[in-house]
Amino acid sequence: MVCESWKAELDTYLDGEVPGEDMRTFDAHVRSCPSCSADALTRVQVKRAIQAAGRRYTPSAAFRKRIQQKIVSKPRRSFGLGWTLVAAATVILVVGTLTSAYLGTRSGRDQVFSEIADLHVATLASSSPVDVISTDRHTVKPWFQGKIPFAFNLPELQNTEFSLLGGRMTYLDQTPGAHLIYDMRKHHISVFVFQERSLPAKLDHDSLSPKQQPFNLETWSQGGLRYFVVGDASSADIDGLAKLFKAAS
Amino acid sequence: MPYFEPLCNLACWLTHDRQEAEDLVQKTYAKALKCSFSFLPGTNFRAWIYRILRNAFPSLRTGLKATETPESILLQRSDEQLVRQILEQLPVAYREILLLCEVEEMSYQEISTTFAIPMSTVMSRLLRATKRYAGLAAPVCK
Repeated sequence: MVCESWKAELDTYLDGEVPGEDMRTFDAHVRSCPSCSADALTRVQVKRAIQAAGRRYTPSAAFRKRIQQKIVSKPRRSFGLGWTLVAAATVILVVGTLTSAYLGTRSGRDQVFSEIADLHVATLASSSPVDVISTDRHTVKPWFQGKIPFAFNLPELQNTEFSLLGGRMTYLDQTPGAHLIYDMRKHHISVFVFQERSLPAKLDHDSLSPKQQPFNLETWSQGGLRYFVVGDASSADIDGLAKLFKAAS
Repeated sequence: MPYFEPLCNLACWLTHDRQEAEDLVQKTYAKALKCSFSFLPGTNFRAWIYRILRNAFPSLRTGLKATETPESILLQRSDEQLVRQILEQLPVAYREILLLCEVEEMSYQEISTTFAIPMSTVMSRLLRATKRYAGLAAPVCK
């Protein structure tokens, strides 16, 4: 596939708007093409910068109060019409608040999952994806001491098809965590570990929106830590690595 | 009040004037109450109320682009400030669609509903907005 034709759709891909089968083809291409990977990373960084800079204006409490008072004290032409307007306002506020709460929650969860996928892609596209290069968990685990405010166990991989490549420090919404990279039949799988209480959104496995995830992802909470296992390996392989971590913790 | 803060944020970006933005948001909620019958339950409330705000913003409705006088370019203090400057230099139509996509995280379908334009137009407008942003960013970031 010619890169130029993909680059024109890169933003659509990163927005998760490329339809089903094309998304998988696009994934495969981005992972195998250094040029498109680098462009994807750059675009992700630009999108994050716009998102951060765009949240600039917040309304004052006085303005909020003024609007609320206007809504409540809207003049009524007649008793019947007035109550109709109040009822309509109540319906809008209730529906809007429920929708807002749902979308706000979903948006927060989706943002976490989206950032996890971004961290995975960005790290693999990096020229130095790991800070500690080792296949030995007894080397990688102590490397994190003093760098992250928690400890976690790495699983024994003997007699499995997984191999540890190394690890690095990472951040999710300014929360420090551990990022481990595993290899599984030429697929790279990332394992992220964060403190559950520091994460920006409440997560559970049911909050995954499979059709919006370009990778297979498994997440769970254990011992006050939130684990994410993400990669383009099959969901069975992702699940397999997740089980090893769960057994080790 | 649903979406009060994001609506205020977008209104400020569109008008560049806090007072005008507050007027715009006030008009939006007043219109939303008045036209509550036009909201179909089960459809996208966010797109509906954003469309009301857009319709209430005169330069978008008439197709006129808000003329901007770029402020003198400041020395680089932070990436965020630079990004804001670049965003402010964008034509309103491009600024708006980038903010809805990147800040409000609207799907293309929601943007299509909010703007009442086809999905293909959403994608092409986003592409043009992105390219214009990149064009403005290149000399600033050197």
